Amino acid sequence: MDFISILSIFVLACFVGYYVVWSVTPSLHTPLMSVTNAISSVIVVGALIASAAAESVGSKWLGLVAVALASVNIFGGFAVTQRMLSMYRKKERKDA
Amino acid sequence: MHEAAATPAWVLLAYLISGVCFILALRGLSSPESSRRGNLTGMFGMAIAVGTTLAIHQVASLPEVAGAILIGGGIGLVTARKIQMTAMPQLVAAFHSLVGMAAVLVGAAAYLNPEAFGIGVRITPIATPSFVSILPVSRIEMGLGVAIGAITFSGSVIAFLKLNGNMSGKPILLPLRHVINLGTVVAILALIAYFLTDQDPWVFFTIAGLSFAIGFLLIIPIGGADMPVVISMLNSYSGWAAAAMGFTLHNSAMIITGALVGSSGAILSYIMCRAMNRSFISVIAGGFGGDSTAAGGAAAIDRPYKRGSAEDAAFLMSQADQVIIVPGYGMAVSQAQHALREMADLLKKEGARVKYAIHPVAGRMPGHMNVLLAEANVPYDEVFELEDINSEFAQTDVAFVIGANDVTNPAAKTDKSSPIYGMPVLDVEKARTVLFVKRSMGGVGYAGVDNELFYRDNTMMLLADAKKMVEEIVKNLG
Repeated sequence: MDFISILSIFVLACFVGYYVVWSVTPSLHTPLMSVTNAISSVIVVGALIASAAAESVGSKWLGLVAVALASVNIFGGFAVTQRMLSMYRKKERKDA
Repeated sequence: MHEAAATPAWVLLAYLISGVCFILALRGLSSPESSRRGNLTGMFGMAIAVGTTLAIHQVASLPEVAGAILIGGGIGLVTARKIQMTAMPQLVAAFHSLVGMAAVLVGAAAYLNPEAFGIGVRITPIATPSFVSILPVSRIEMGLGVAIGAITFSGSVIAFLKLNGNMSGKPILLPLRHVINLGTVVAILALIAYFLTDQDPWVFFTIAGLSFAIGFLLIIPIGGADMPVVISMLNSYSGWAAAAMGFTLHNSAMIITGALVGSSGAILSYIMCRAMNRSFISVIAGGFGGDSTAAGGAAAIDRPYKRGSAEDAAFLMSQADQVIIVPGYGMAVSQAQHALREMADLLKKEGARVKYAIHPVAGRMPGHMNVLLAEANVPYDEVFELEDINSEFAQTDVAFVIGANDVTNPAAKTDKSSPIYGMPVLDVEKARTVLFVKRSMGGVGYAGVDNELFYRDNTMMLLADAKKMVEEIVKNLG
């Protein structure tokens, strides 16, 4: 991919992000933060590439530490989001 | 670049799919019903991204990688399960710092071993040993990625310490801080430009070091009241850091995610600023909203006010047709949300309509109150945002303010000299009676201003710990 195609993806994704985030209901802003946290850990891809490369020991260990940090975020972020979302309930209709 | 050009098409498609999954994950949050499925889609997207990466690289060190994932994942899962919902802001700040640090580490790894990332060209001069030159575009992207990552890391660590109470919420104001900050930012940008011509280690590590410093310097002057903005802003930065790394690695999943997270944080910061009637620049400049007491506040303390008991409150509310509960961070601190739900249930049995009104900056992060109420099993269709409920106070018998203060202050509408003038507030004073739960008359809100509401004829102050007061009311209702 050349720089211009990457830039195009980026700019379009910013627009998508803008419209998608405005449609998020304010009551779910905390889960929004924790889930964006989890997905921004897709940076783990870079960490995996670094730790996969055997020829540079320093780079490999930096990669491994980054994999561990990003994993905390991925598992923790998605799990805590799921925990929060499972608490949102509608009124039980039998009361009404 | 050479490796990227040789990347098989299915890999590019897989990263694209994973990016789309992340878009759907955020899209799901438009309503609570679709949100759980959205979150699962997000997990699926992450699994695709990780799986694809592992599949195309001959991972020589698979056991180590698996170990790192297990350790990190284990810590993450345990934390996610144990964390108190009141501590969500700290947790999110801590998570942001990890994204920032991961970005710095990936950047450093790419710097040390550019060939593995396909961003280096091996140059073999005749006289000197061969070395790998990093592509110019990649140098800029890498420099920016590491800088943003480092700012995210150190900024989030400070935000975490402030939110967790390890550090005072008071703004720390260094002399000449604007000059120092501006100078550091300029130096970082200049070094990134210089990095183009010289890829010596000192340039790279000075960029990282200065960026760690500026993250720290940027957040220490910001007071506790502005934390919702700070945490949203750091959310945004963590996104831009991921995007910059995506540029370096030519990875569409990272770029899409980075753009999503970056805009999400930016929009949340904007919403928070608007809810406090503060400009983004003035928040960043800092110095606002410590635990200080305003000069005007002290003088007003002697004014007469009406004090009520739990019994009075229970009686008033049991007679009411409609009660609107206005919770704030004080409710969370005293863990009163469960008792509050119990109180609401009893009131409903007495025939009252109960609603909750949430100000956008109630709590320490966007949407914090909603989560706390959801945790206490308050149905989300009883919880309303400021603009949806404000017109209803006039037809409400009792407004029950618990742990909120500045967001109910009528001075924001009338008093031009007030520091919170112009901030959108909940019109609680329009209710027939206002019950205001507060620990004591002395304290003022985060903004350090006295609240006119306390001394109104239709206000009854309930001076006690929020949880104890609500429990007392429950006893009197039962």
